[in-house]
Formats: sequence, C-alpha cells, structure tokens
Amino acid sequence: MKRAFPILAILTALLLSYGLYGALIVAPTERTMGEVQRIFYYHVPSAWTAFTLFFLNLAASVVYLIRRNPRADAIAFAAAEVGVVFCTVVLVTGPIWARPVWGIWWTWDLRLTLTLVLWLIYVSYLVLRRFSSSGQTPVMAAVLAVFGALDVPLVYFSIWFFRTQHPQPVVGGGGSIDPRMLHVLLINWAAFSCFAALVCWSRYRLEVLRREVEETQALESLLEAGNQR
Amino acid sequence: MSYLYAAYIATWVIHIAYLGYLVRGYTRVRDDIEEMNRKRRD
Repeated sequence: MKRAFPILAILTALLLSYGLYGALIVAPTERTMGEVQRIFYYHVPSAWTAFTLFFLNLAASVVYLIRRNPRADAIAFAAAEVGVVFCTVVLVTGPIWARPVWGIWWTWDLRLTLTLVLWLIYVSYLVLRRFSSSGQTPVMAAVLAVFGALDVPLVYFSIWFFRTQHPQPVVGGGGSIDPRMLHVLLINWAAFSCFAALVCWSRYRLEVLRREVEETQALESLLEAGNQR
Repeated sequence: MSYLYAAYIATWVIHIAYLGYLVRGYTRVRDDIEEMNRKRRD
C-alpha cells in the first residue's frame, strides 16, 4: 500500500480536477433548472460514496462480530467516520440545491428524512465509539452498524417505490440522462471514490497507530507500577 | 449561480476540515510516540 498510496493520490487529484472541469464546463446546462443543476455532479457521487462506505462498515462489522479481528473493527470505524463526512456533504449540498429549485431549504420528505436518520445513526455510532470506555464497545458498535446499514437500502429505494419531492432516479429505475451528463457524473463518482479510499486508508492507519500507542502506554504504566513495588 | 458555487465550496470546506482533523490526529500520535521514546531514554 505504501507504493499504491502516492499513485492513488495522483490519480485522485487528476480525477477530481477533471471532474470539476467536466461539471462546470463540459456537462450541458439542464433546461429547467439551469446552472444550479450542476450541484448534481457533487451531490449524487457523494451520496453513492457514503453508501459504499456504510456498506464497507457493515462488512467489516460482520467480520469483527464473527472473528473478533481488531483490524476489521478499525476498518469499520474508519469507514463510518469517512461515510459520515460524505453524508454531511449530501445533507449540506441538498438544501443548497433545493432552495433555488423548490423554493425551500428542507422538507420532511421520505428520502430527505431517511437520509437525515442515516446520518444520525452513524453519528451516534461515532459518539458511542468516542465516549464509551467499556471493553464491549467494539461489539456494541458492530451490532449498531448492522442495524444502521438497514437504512441504506431504504434511503436508496425510497424514491423508487414512493412518491417523493426528491427527483426520481436518473440512473437506473427507468430514468434517462444525457450521455455527457452521465460521463461527468461517473467521473466525479470515480474521483470521490478514490478520494474516499485515500482518506479511509489514512484514517485506518491513524486508528491502528493510536491503538498501538495506547496499548504500549498502558503496558509501560503497568511495568512502571510493578517496578515501584 | 451563487448556489452552485456555495455547494461546491461547502463540499470542499467539509472535506478540508476533515483532512485537518486527520492531520491533527497524526500530530498527536507522533507527539505521544516521541514522549514515550523520551521517557525510555530517561
């Protein structure tokens, strides 16, 4: 991974730059919404990336529950934290897009409400990990992650099966999209996915290092106490 | 147009703030490791 990291970093920088250029210049202007529709190229890939990270959190949590592998727990933690960051982007860019298009910042529509609930579930997951000092915290967090992940398909499919204020899906679900728009959307999704992989890896490394330091400190304190006796 | 820029700027402000949080975390861990090494030497 040491060699792959700088290569992925360069690829991410290139994809993000090209994605931004595509979103602002290459993609055609949408007929009804105009320029503000270009928020789509950041809003939708951020949502897809958040979903991917929450599924990674679920997979790592299940592995942890089965094998009690601390590295799986660290991966779950990193994925949840980075997922919350991407979900925050979705919840911030959504209302900024909604204001000029719908005339309101927020509505208690099913898709929006479920996304907010999803964000709250993973924030509570992070709060649990941050403030609980119990030795069972990773197990409780993993169980919460399994239940929390149930909200991801609900968020995704809410616009397929229910009539909502949120637009219907343009990719899959019978929607249609200009090929140039789809190209820019997919480039931005690839860019944000690479960026998420980099950040997630860095967060995972930090978590592993932090745990090693804490364990060493605890061991040295014990040895010190033993020597004083 | 201002909404478009606001959304893009907000996105990068959130990501950069999180990257700053990560850098601070690495700095703390590095300081802890240096502190442990200093204690061992003493």
